[in-house]
Amino acid sequence: MATLTLNNVKKSFGKTDVIHGVSIDVEDGEFIVIVGPSGCGKSTLLRMVAGLETISDGEVQIGGRRVNEEEPMARDIAMVFQNYALYPHMSVFDNMAYGLKIAKVDKAEIAERVAQAAKLLQLEPYLNRKPRELSGGQRQRVAMGRAIVRKPAVFLFDEPLSNLDAKLRVQMRLEIRALQRELGVTALYVTHDQVEAMTMADRMIVMNGGVADQIGKPLEVYANPATEFVAGFIGSPPTNFIDGALLGRNGTTRMGVRPEHMRVSDSGKLKARVTYCEALGAETLVHLACADGTLVTVRQDAAAAFPEEGAEVSLDWDISHEMNFDLSGQRV
Amino acid sequence: MSEHTGMVEKRGAGLWLTHLGLIIGVAFIFFPIWLAFVASTVTNAEIIRPPMPLWPGDQFVENYTRALTAGINAPVALMMWNSLVMAMGIALGKIAISLLSAFAIVYFKFPGRQLFFWLIFLTLMLPVEVRIVPTYEVIANFGMLNSYQGLILPLIASATATFLFRQFFMTVPDELAEAARVDGAGPMRFFFDILLPMSRTNIAALFVILFIYGWNQYLWPLLITTDPDMNTIVMGIKQMFPSGDDFAHWPTIMATSILAMVPPVIVVVGMQKLFIRGLVESEK
Amino acid sequence: MEKRVTFKGIWLPLLLVLPQILITAIFFFYPAGQAIWQSLFIPDPFGLSMQWVGLGNFEYLFSDRYYRASFVTTAVFSILVTVVSMGVALYLAILADRLIKGSGTYRTLLIWPYAVAPAVAGVLWLFMFNTRVGVVTWYLGHLGYDWNHVLNEGEAMGLVVVASAWGRISYNFLFFLAGLQAIPKSVIEAAAIDGAHFWTRFRTIVWPLLSPTTFFLLVVNIIYAFFETFGVIHTITSGGPQQATTILVYKVYSDGFVGQDLGSSAAQSVVLLFIVSILTVVQFKYIERRVHY
Repeated sequence: MATLTLNNVKKSFGKTDVIHGVSIDVEDGEFIVIVGPSGCGKSTLLRMVAGLETISDGEVQIGGRRVNEEEPMARDIAMVFQNYALYPHMSVFDNMAYGLKIAKVDKAEIAERVAQAAKLLQLEPYLNRKPRELSGGQRQRVAMGRAIVRKPAVFLFDEPLSNLDAKLRVQMRLEIRALQRELGVTALYVTHDQVEAMTMADRMIVMNGGVADQIGKPLEVYANPATEFVAGFIGSPPTNFIDGALLGRNGTTRMGVRPEHMRVSDSGKLKARVTYCEALGAETLVHLACADGTLVTVRQDAAAAFPEEGAEVSLDWDISHEMNFDLSGQRV
Repeated sequence: MSEHTGMVEKRGAGLWLTHLGLIIGVAFIFFPIWLAFVASTVTNAEIIRPPMPLWPGDQFVENYTRALTAGINAPVALMMWNSLVMAMGIALGKIAISLLSAFAIVYFKFPGRQLFFWLIFLTLMLPVEVRIVPTYEVIANFGMLNSYQGLILPLIASATATFLFRQFFMTVPDELAEAARVDGAGPMRFFFDILLPMSRTNIAALFVILFIYGWNQYLWPLLITTDPDMNTIVMGIKQMFPSGDDFAHWPTIMATSILAMVPPVIVVVGMQKLFIRGLVESEK
Repeated sequence: MEKRVTFKGIWLPLLLVLPQILITAIFFFYPAGQAIWQSLFIPDPFGLSMQWVGLGNFEYLFSDRYYRASFVTTAVFSILVTVVSMGVALYLAILADRLIKGSGTYRTLLIWPYAVAPAVAGVLWLFMFNTRVGVVTWYLGHLGYDWNHVLNEGEAMGLVVVASAWGRISYNFLFFLAGLQAIPKSVIEAAAIDGAHFWTRFRTIVWPLLSPTTFFLLVVNIIYAFFETFGVIHTITSGGPQQATTILVYKVYSDGFVGQDLGSSAAQSVVLLFIVSILTVVQFKYIERRVHY
């Protein structure tokens, strides 16, 4: 268990910069989620911490110690891969024990640690099976087990749930979080799924094009996005963006309002036509098109009446919920 | 079912015709071998007064014992041993050096890697038959005539196996090597603990193909084994024919032919699945 | 294609490729280079020195009636071997493919001649057609046909073709059967429902879908006939009668080792090398195409 520090970490392949300098101090036991669309550099960042990619510039410290030049093994980390990367010819037990065997840990000790992890992950009945004889969720647990037995200072997760079906994903999300709390190990978790990021993170790093757009607690990031990208990426349905010009304001700004902060009313700030309504039970999503074609979504309580499709209505919101961005996407 | 959809699944008379056709094919394939087997169980006198019998005789034990222990120029048992050493040497040797170099090309970046890869690729093109004279000279200069090294080494010098292993290693997910690194395994540890066990079926399939390739070599042993005690069985058969007009001792020759077939046939039939897989993959 | 993971180090990988480099350099590149080099020289009558003749060996080679004849022989031989072995194999594969049960058994019965060495196949067929003791010869004689491949050039060619094709049927059968079984049954059934009879179905659906396999086998069989049939020829005819069965590979051997004409043999090696290169390029072109399917 340890702190993790990234100090202006950069990565370039040849002349192309893919990570433009990311800095964060992760506290001991903290769960950090790196979230962003594919190609934003989130996996590369994680792999640099793991020691699977070289660090072009900047510094990574684990437990206060610079590890840039260390082999993955020497960094005191453990990693869970997207496709689990279980050794197909080894039993579940051997998969979990492999790293310990290499570290020449005493046999009895290995058996005990694997047994503990297996118990924690409910894998005891499967210890002698090969990975191909396990379900997706079980394989996922073995991959976790392999990380746990090492007793690392930092857990690294590279989109560990993306190969599972939706239901299992929700369940494993909770399990991983519970496990990490119980073990108290610092964790770095990469995902492209903003729901995972919101629900699991103590703090999250929202990556966009190799830049950490925002680092903060999920609800803070949600409530107070630093850039247009973050406002659009975090939250579902996404934030509505309206050109300043459409509102008769300065055309060089864009204004964002979250769907739950907008309402359909008889008189308001903006005219729009209802395209269709989705009644989801607890809430209803009203989709509308503005005069310039901008699409807008309003999230309203299921109890509220919703307009007919094709109806011309007005949209209204509180000024306090407005988020304004300049042309470069920065919050103003 | 109407007649023309019935053509998709043959039944009745059609089914029997299909079987008949296949049985004729099988008979055509088997007949020469059957004849050889019969000839290996009768006396030479029965053969040189044609027509020879078409049903086995009672000389099985005598003929095979004679062939194995005495042969004509050298005991066939010895020739079989030579063939076995050669086939195993080629199969295991080629697999070993190919595994190592394929591992190096796929998992390392080192100076000359591309060049090395293309040199290997070039060797895929040239069977030993094309370069026999100079290769013979090399072997002669090394003093390797009539030696196992001389039989084996030139036939290992092609890169088919390297190429196959390279193809296979490319399909192994990157994450496995990364997981091994995170687990603290160095390159050779990864090679022996993970890559090698994962390649088991490929190795076995290739072994079958290479064993047969080695066992069935003819031209090369013919050139470099002048000492009958170093003859392999496949090339040794031809040496059993007398020069001039003498009658060949057919029962011994045919017993030797049968003995020459037995090991590779056992390998092919016994490891049919691996063999077919090896064949299909090595031709991809 | 590249692996994302590469281990560090320069000496270790070089050490790993060293055995292959050494063996390939000594037993492959050096001899191949020698063949090319030697093809440009002729030794003096005492074998003491080599005289540079440039392309003289090649000119001499192609002005040699026997060498040119060997090209024709090789072409005829290869085409016959390929056609016979592929034809029989395709016929058997079509039959086996029509069986719902038992095609596995036939496969087992048919594959194992693959394991029989060409030289052994040669001995088996030589035995059947031996002019003095051969069973087939004897029965043919009774039917009034006087078989003598030792004297008759056509019969000699026929015998080496059949013996070479015989051992190759298994291989072709395996690939044809796999190719046929890979054709979705629903396609054939759809055609049957459209009223296509067996022959129409074969011509319009099966054959076109099988063409990648056929083309692949064509190349592979020609390569086989060129290089791997040495054993058959050597055991049955030793290239005779009157060089009627002297294919190119056999000629490299007989001129180089029996005739001791190193310059000519080396030049022949280079010609063969050229032919193999073309065949290999054709093969790889085709494989590349198949990957895109």
